[in-house]
Amino acid sequence: MSAARNLLHGVDGPRRALHRSRVPEETAVLNYLIRRLLLAIPSLLGISVILFVVLALAPGDPFEELATNPNVPPEVREALRTKFGLNDPIMVRYFRWLFAMVQGDWGFSFASRINVDTLIWQRVPTTLFVVGSSQLLALAIALPVGIYAATRPYSIFDQIANTLAFVGFSLPTFFTGLLLILIFSVSLDWLPFVYRSDIAATGWRWYWENLRQAIMPITVLGLFQAASYTRYVRSAVLDVIQLDYVTTARAKGLSERAVTLRHVTRNALIPVVTLVALQMPAVFGGAIVTEQIFRIPGIGSLLISAILANDTPVIMAVTFVFSCLVVLFNLIADLLYGWLDPRISFG
Amino acid sequence: MAGSTLASPSAEPVPAVAVGAPAVSPARDTWRRFKRHRLAMGSSVVLGLLIFGVVIGPWIWPVPINEIDFAAQLETPSFAHPLGTDDLGQDILARMIYGGRISLAVGLAAMMVAILVGVVIGALAGMSRGALAIILMWVTDLFLSLPQLPLLLLVIYLFREQLKAAFGVEGGVFMLIVVVIGGLRWMPVTRLVRAQFLSLREKEFVEAARAQGATKFRQIVVHILPNALGPVIVAATIEVSSAIIAESTLSFLGLGFPPDIPTWGRLLFDAKDHLDSAPHWALFPGIAIFLTVLSINFIGDGLRDALDPRRVI
Repeated sequence: MSAARNLLHGVDGPRRALHRSRVPEETAVLNYLIRRLLLAIPSLLGISVILFVVLALAPGDPFEELATNPNVPPEVREALRTKFGLNDPIMVRYFRWLFAMVQGDWGFSFASRINVDTLIWQRVPTTLFVVGSSQLLALAIALPVGIYAATRPYSIFDQIANTLAFVGFSLPTFFTGLLLILIFSVSLDWLPFVYRSDIAATGWRWYWENLRQAIMPITVLGLFQAASYTRYVRSAVLDVIQLDYVTTARAKGLSERAVTLRHVTRNALIPVVTLVALQMPAVFGGAIVTEQIFRIPGIGSLLISAILANDTPVIMAVTFVFSCLVVLFNLIADLLYGWLDPRISFG
Repeated sequence: MAGSTLASPSAEPVPAVAVGAPAVSPARDTWRRFKRHRLAMGSSVVLGLLIFGVVIGPWIWPVPINEIDFAAQLETPSFAHPLGTDDLGQDILARMIYGGRISLAVGLAAMMVAILVGVVIGALAGMSRGALAIILMWVTDLFLSLPQLPLLLLVIYLFREQLKAAFGVEGGVFMLIVVVIGGLRWMPVTRLVRAQFLSLREKEFVEAARAQGATKFRQIVVHILPNALGPVIVAATIEVSSAIIAESTLSFLGLGFPPDIPTWGRLLFDAKDHLDSAPHWALFPGIAIFLTVLSINFIGDGLRDALDPRRVI
């Protein structure tokens, strides 16, 4: 969210640099982090209100199936509703739900019969692994390609990269996923297309099997993001490369390599960080699709199965976890600004 | 219409504006620039053919979409079934023509919702100088940090039955998907419109209108909005393609349209369990989505170049 704000208003560096405090660097970073965390609270509250309102407006009822079940008398159903607090006014329910969420008590999964937080924490690492690796892959492609294309604008390389980027983000993840399965699993039979968390192997073999099954999902997500990131990097570098200080650096006799890497790239990365942070909701959306195609046991596929099973506590918790992850990545983006832009002091 | 009366007599006897250069209308000039973008021109042809195909398709290929033929299960493309058949022996070409109409209609309608909401909120935030702007931009930023797909899935799952009961299966799901996709995609438009308004509202021609007593509404509709239209048109193009992707994603996850409404995403969802025996079933709808989205994106890129008057082409 704050990343979005920076995009709009520009990084308000100079003003802050005027009253740079004299506290040691680590305390300053910590203070900055705490302040950012406090700023994230209103947005998390806003998200929780939106989620709860959506749920409260919906006609569905987790105890509906009990109503049609002749073995459950209406009194028992009513008692259950009172016990779970479904008959209370909406404000009471919201605050009870919010306090429970904050305390880490996310309720009990109707479908899996275990606590929601256990269920989710089992699966979060897998999602983070797939999303994180795909982001690294995307940046590893986008940065060199984007920078190289921008230093030679309208060259053959630039035009091919640009066209491929368009193709890349016009290919929906669900179609690329199916295409890769079709080529590498069905036709060539090189890679497994079902992700398994219980691989019966040890040592290096275990790592190898895990890598093999992660290749396709990571490629699908990574290539999709790489396409849009390449365009961001290219246009950001193009903006910076025309500035006077770059000409100065060249005039000093620095090599083209040093100018591009040390002088241009670092400044060009600032808007790229903003755009990457803004892409986070889309990244997690792509993760849901990818997890569903390759049957990865992450929180995205958990969300889909919970929706199909009408498992309300899990749906709410997963959506909330996704929102927290988005806010968290925006926070990371804020810290990156400070590192990239010396005008922003943490103090 | 007090605002439209002329302020000074000197404004009246203005002769023809352009004397030396031949007058070129903005639309014609945009078209001239657009034509230079070869990929965008090619894409327009492809998209035109696709739209033409799904609109008049049912007359050229009058095969019912739900004619079950167990003798022709999972057939590869042949003369009787140009794009093959699915696991119930239904003709994939007929289903794709039908589904394409829905997919394109969802894209257009969701774009209109997003643009309408985005322009209204962006204009309000761009014109107000008080707390309203701050609140509106906070809400916009909040919506931007919402995880869209989970929320889409949540809303559609929770409200589907109710709307089906109210508007029928097809209409209810269509309305729900359009409103929800549009309702979660207006934020980029809002930011764009607001940024345009912030700079345009200080321009001399708006000040002149203000001085002549034009109301806020008239300033927005007559003076500012037409000048802010270029980026909005480009954004609208991109909105269509992302709405088509969003709808296909929902249908692909099995939570969009029901099986009897075979949108392109739904066809992929049905086909994904038969990849080894009938790859054509998944390939054709996938290629259709890809071609549509790609050509719309290229057209958007061409329009971006063509509508930017500062760029010399």
